[in-house]
Amino acid sequence: MPRSKDHLKERAKKVLERGEAGEIDLKGYDYGEPGEDEVKPEELPEKLLRRAEEVGIDLGSVSGGTYLQIDHNVAYTMVTDYLKKQGVLIMSTLEALERLEWVKEYYWKAMPVDTDKFTAMTELNLRHGYFIYVPAGVKIDRPIQACLMMRTKRIAQPVHNIIIVDKGADITLVTGCAAMVNEGLHIGVSEFYVKEGARVNFIMIHGWAPDFNVRPRTAVIVEREGTFTSYYVNLYPVRNLQMEPRVYLHAKARGYLTSILLGKGDSTMDVGGRLEFVGRGSRGEIISRSIITDQATVIMRGRLIGRAAEARGHLECRGLLLSPSARSKAIPELEAVTEGAELTHEAAIGRISEEELNYLMARGFTEEEATSLIVRGFLDVGLDKMPRRLQASLRSILDTVAKLSKG
Amino acid sequence: MVTLLRVERLRVSVGGREVLRGLDLMIRNQEVHVLFGPNGSGKSTLLATIMGLPRYEVKEGRVLLLGRDITKLKPFERAKLGIAMAFQNPPRVNVKLGYILERLVKKYDDGILNELNALGIAHLLKRNLHHGFSGGEIKRVEMLLTLLQRPRVALLDEPDSGVDVDSLNIIGKVINKLIDEGASILLVTHMGHILRYIEHVDLAHVLIDGRIVYTGEPKEVLNIVLKKGYSFFKDASRRREMYAEIEGSPKGKS
Repeated sequence: MPRSKDHLKERAKKVLERGEAGEIDLKGYDYGEPGEDEVKPEELPEKLLRRAEEVGIDLGSVSGGTYLQIDHNVAYTMVTDYLKKQGVLIMSTLEALERLEWVKEYYWKAMPVDTDKFTAMTELNLRHGYFIYVPAGVKIDRPIQACLMMRTKRIAQPVHNIIIVDKGADITLVTGCAAMVNEGLHIGVSEFYVKEGARVNFIMIHGWAPDFNVRPRTAVIVEREGTFTSYYVNLYPVRNLQMEPRVYLHAKARGYLTSILLGKGDSTMDVGGRLEFVGRGSRGEIISRSIITDQATVIMRGRLIGRAAEARGHLECRGLLLSPSARSKAIPELEAVTEGAELTHEAAIGRISEEELNYLMARGFTEEEATSLIVRGFLDVGLDKMPRRLQASLRSILDTVAKLSKG
Repeated sequence: MVTLLRVERLRVSVGGREVLRGLDLMIRNQEVHVLFGPNGSGKSTLLATIMGLPRYEVKEGRVLLLGRDITKLKPFERAKLGIAMAFQNPPRVNVKLGYILERLVKKYDDGILNELNALGIAHLLKRNLHHGFSGGEIKRVEMLLTLLQRPRVALLDEPDSGVDVDSLNIIGKVINKLIDEGASILLVTHMGHILRYIEHVDLAHVLIDGRIVYTGEPKEVLNIVLKKGYSFFKDASRRREMYAEIEGSPKGKS
């Protein structure tokens, strides 16, 4: 029974038996047990609401639907009657696996369970995560929100999110992940299935803390003429963050990944994206902007793999160093497997030059204003690809990034 | 008329080399002055010093705006007082032009942005400032940014160098707009092309080796420059000849 749960667990165990090296000791955290909290939104503490707001989640609003998980427990799930009528499902992934037999067809199908020790650990210690299903043709204007909060010290939060957007459907998903304590491990496996002609706008905002290790593991399958647009922002310092979402683009599909990273304090971030052009005429772009200050290190990766004719891909990584001991590296990779795939890239890492500052000062900006203009202007990318109604809130998040970069 | 800008006995060094060697200049309210001079004579240095850019070290003398000594003020403080400059070779700035415009408009509470199309630079908004811009585009953008600052004194450093006729035409229009809005202008030009497009010019100065050696009626000065070259002004022994050639007596000093 190759699809059985036991089989997946066997594969996961084998990965852990390999004893992969790495700087994160998975045993150093408390994994607890998955549970339910059944909290009412109005009962949530002010501090948690504010933290959620910082990462783009408005728990007080009547959005299309909301999933809130705190530590290992589902705090609440809300789906508006309107969405229910359309057949939209939002629930914990554990619940979905229990209730809906067909979900197994999507479980570990975009991302192999034995990808690494983090995916393996998630399979063996699954603590919820969200499941979203949007039926064919359903277009939802209001964003669906998912918030993964960590408020107990030194726990691990391994979650598995599954998002299925059926043919021709159109959604915006805003996820905010945040910490209310200083230390922890977050592993977020996400599998996206964007069916033929469907469209998914995915916004992910991270607000971790200095002693957090974070391992998102994302895979996205975009079927024919589908579109996946992601906008990722990291706001706060972490100890170590590493991710490389993989997006598989089938015929005429579109994939756009934008990431905005603020590397502060002693953070180490290794963030990339991989677009695989598997279908003829697929297009995609990866844009990343990193601001690195203090002693932080940020590695920007990007990989475009052209496996089909008439594929077009572009990759752009830029880093702005704001302190003498900040470090950054850009590693762009292009791999054209098939003739007729056109892949391009640009990468640049630099500092603010005296000349730029003096020029802007002659235009009437104080030195501080000029610096923040350069920083904020540097971040001004990718918004035109996001839905209009979300642009204002993304802009204010970018304002926050620019402010936080000052120290 | 009120003296707006006064430069007194200005000596300025750049990288240890003295470029301005005791320069005097006075610009009244709403006057347009043109500055001629050979390469390296100190024209750009004078403008940069009035703007207050670092690297330009004032060894002696001072710069006064409406009687206030601004020699020690920072560039943004001078900008606040109404001095703006169109750079000859502006640096490339890693920020989109559109974003800089947005911030400038906020700062100067300006509505001039509808000039964008007239200036033919709307297509540059999404590009980083001066990255890969053509010569004409750089000059037009510099003029727009200067105009947006609504200056009292506009320092225009060779806005006509390396641009085609269409750009010249547009740049001339912006200068006329500055004049209409009551700005005083100090304009550096190499070949004087731009003068044909400007409503009026009050005085022309010839700057040689860090000093103003001649001040006079703009057309006459330009004629001599074009006909005889700057060497004509360099040779002090020929001053008399020079005066003879120019009808009437010069307004300024020699």
